[in-house]
Amino acid sequence: MENNEYLEVFIEESKEHIQSLNDQLLILENEPENMDTVGEIFRSAHTLKGMAATMGFQDLADLTHKMENVLDAVRNDQVKITSEIIDVIFQAVDQLEGMVLDIAEGGDGSSDVQELVNTLQAIESNQGFEKVNESTTNTSINTTNTATSDQAHFDRLDQFELAILDQSKENGFENLEVTVKLNDNCLLKAARVYMVFEVLEQIGEVIKADPTVQELEEENFDLQFHVLLVTKDSAEDVKQKILKVSEIEEVIVSTFEQVASAQEHNEEKENVEKQSNEGKESSNNKTTDESKKKAAKGVASKTIRVNIDRLDGLMNLFEELVIDRGRLEQISANLKHAELQETVERMSRISGDLQNIILNMRMVPIEQVFNRFPRMVRQLSKDLGKKINLEIVGAETELDRTVIDEIGDPLVHLIRNALDHGIETPEKRQEAGKNEEGHLLLEAYHSGNHVFIEISDDGAGINREKVVNKAVSNHVITEEEAKQLTDKEVYQLIMSSGFSTADKISDVSGRGVGLDVVKNTIESLGGTITIESEEGKGSLFSIQLPLTLSIISVLLVEVEKEKYAIPLSSIIETAIISKSEILNAHNKEVIDFRGKVVPLIDLKNVFEVPTEEEDDELYSVVIIRKGDKMAGLVVDTFIGQQEVVLKSLGDYLGDVFAISGATILGDGQVALIVDTNTLIN
Amino acid sequence: MEETTSNHQSIIIELDKEEYAIPVEVVGAIERMQHITRVPKTANFVKGVINLRGVVTPIIDLRERFGMEKAEHTESTRIIIIHMENYDVGFIVDAAYDVLYIPEDAIEPAPQVIGTVDSDYIGGVAKVDKRLIMLLELQKVLSQESYQAAFLGQEG
Repeated sequence: MENNEYLEVFIEESKEHIQSLNDQLLILENEPENMDTVGEIFRSAHTLKGMAATMGFQDLADLTHKMENVLDAVRNDQVKITSEIIDVIFQAVDQLEGMVLDIAEGGDGSSDVQELVNTLQAIESNQGFEKVNESTTNTSINTTNTATSDQAHFDRLDQFELAILDQSKENGFENLEVTVKLNDNCLLKAARVYMVFEVLEQIGEVIKADPTVQELEEENFDLQFHVLLVTKDSAEDVKQKILKVSEIEEVIVSTFEQVASAQEHNEEKENVEKQSNEGKESSNNKTTDESKKKAAKGVASKTIRVNIDRLDGLMNLFEELVIDRGRLEQISANLKHAELQETVERMSRISGDLQNIILNMRMVPIEQVFNRFPRMVRQLSKDLGKKINLEIVGAETELDRTVIDEIGDPLVHLIRNALDHGIETPEKRQEAGKNEEGHLLLEAYHSGNHVFIEISDDGAGINREKVVNKAVSNHVITEEEAKQLTDKEVYQLIMSSGFSTADKISDVSGRGVGLDVVKNTIESLGGTITIESEEGKGSLFSIQLPLTLSIISVLLVEVEKEKYAIPLSSIIETAIISKSEILNAHNKEVIDFRGKVVPLIDLKNVFEVPTEEEDDELYSVVIIRKGDKMAGLVVDTFIGQQEVVLKSLGDYLGDVFAISGATILGDGQVALIVDTNTLIN
Repeated sequence: MEETTSNHQSIIIELDKEEYAIPVEVVGAIERMQHITRVPKTANFVKGVINLRGVVTPIIDLRERFGMEKAEHTESTRIIIIHMENYDVGFIVDAAYDVLYIPEDAIEPAPQVIGTVDSDYIGGVAKVDKRLIMLLELQKVLSQESYQAAFLGQEG
């Protein structure tokens, strides 16, 4: 099967489109009048349909086709969006997702879609789909009204094609959309197609065909096909020339316009006045292109897939370049040659920009994972009969791609858990004097060398007694051990293997796999998970993940002759204090920092820096924090703020105390990155 | 060409006036002495890390690793970069010479006591042109156990 090599791409892209459908549907539910959203949903469905049909997944294509029809009806104001319709479409999207997953697992993606197709059909026809489109009326060249579902034939042009269209327009060519319908009893369809194409290629250039040329050659189409043609001939000429080919039933030629909600199958010139309502979209291909690009950026950004190994390679090469850049900078500073200095400065600037781009390429906003949750929470809250308000904060927080790929499932599990066991039913919540609507907060943020993802709910919290009893009865711990445990340790128990047992499987969370799986996954990523909870008030699951490979902003400091980097995210501020401000408490040096007692940590001692004993009157202090605890790191000098690449110290050294990694500075030297979290305890 | 049982192309290094051999396949590069960033709280023979073309590479002073007397770095001091399976490390050595072909039959098992280097780290001794060359057993020199032992020993 030659399709196999495309299968992966198909699955990936289908998933993206399904995600986009989910997102946009949620928006649409809140803003039923938002036609941009409908348009976006329509495009996703349309692309999905096209891909499914190409790959031969008929059921998938059928279902999306029906969905597309309903959406088209919505778009043309023939159907009003209601919650019921959204529900049905969501069901359809769910089924689509199921089918795609089936395909991903090697299945054929077939599924009984008849019921949904019928429901969709009912929605579509109920509301008088036969209403004629106002703007596609008659023109001088007999442009007939084509079915609404035809309109989107060429709505997905790539940059190259758009560029050609643009350019041809500027050079006085016409961009024509030609629809050719063959005779019902045409026997050699492919032959006719060939002849039509021969005619077309004589008078101009075919930019795109729908179905594709290959499909056409294989007679893989009904009776009708569409071609995008760039020519100098008039529409009427083109039409006449094509009609010379025998067994052609009908030819429709119209000017092609790049409009998202395209309704023009009409000759442009004659239509300008008629299309007053669409004036801003037509008449100038260029502006339409631009507005389309903008729209595309807003809703579905353009991406290309790159193997992560290539990015690694690029990054390594670039780092070598950075080192040479550092040398060059030094050399030019020494030589003081004006022209050289200028060039090197310029190069530094450019390579600095380049650096940012390369580093950022590996980073993906966690949004990619988060954006499937609103949909999930909506569904779960319906299933569980609970009212839940999901709040997402920090979706733009960036994480390394490899971590993003892994973190999805654990989060799903934790959210299910919070909804199922955490947040109570509306009745119970009222009894407890809480707001009926439960609050689930999903928050992501950078701190130190880590990304934190927190899931907190204002539900029932964890009952210590229950957990202890269960842990004891499941032989996770003994009763003696249980008495020794702190609350935090007790909460950790719910994530130990063997804690979750089969007798408590609920539809939502307990699927036989316990939270221990979540814990294992997170630990395999080098992260940790902690639980805080207060009975009756709610729980907080906090996941701490390392930024395996990422850029962080650091403050470079000097301790004697050594340079260290302190992650900016853990720094509150820097201060210079005089010796007299240092107080002693329990044999520890502390300072009074804005009304708080903050212990001082001398980096010289922590890192055993060789020193020439020399007492300064003034101390440079970096105030750092971990949660609500603070500490002051005493250093010699602040060098400045810098963006650096976090690198591992390598397997040979393993974990080094209070050092989370290293980075390479502009001059090629290595600076160690301080792990502030281990310094505060 | 004559067939030999195994190939012993080695880089010859000098430590405290004795010669040691490191198989040429594992040697990634020979670098001049350069700035080394000290890493605190590591074994004392770990001199720190250097930036080797974008890779942060730990540097071990082989003299100290073998408990030899410390020596000032000179013009001839070199850093030999070794590629191990999962990581790279660099060895500081007094000097590095050319590649030498050591015939299999010139190698003898290491005697129990050889100079100051623990015989565990020596895989054999070769006599080539009246030179006595010791073959380093890199796996053992770099093993985690020996690293931990050395590190903890120095802590306690």
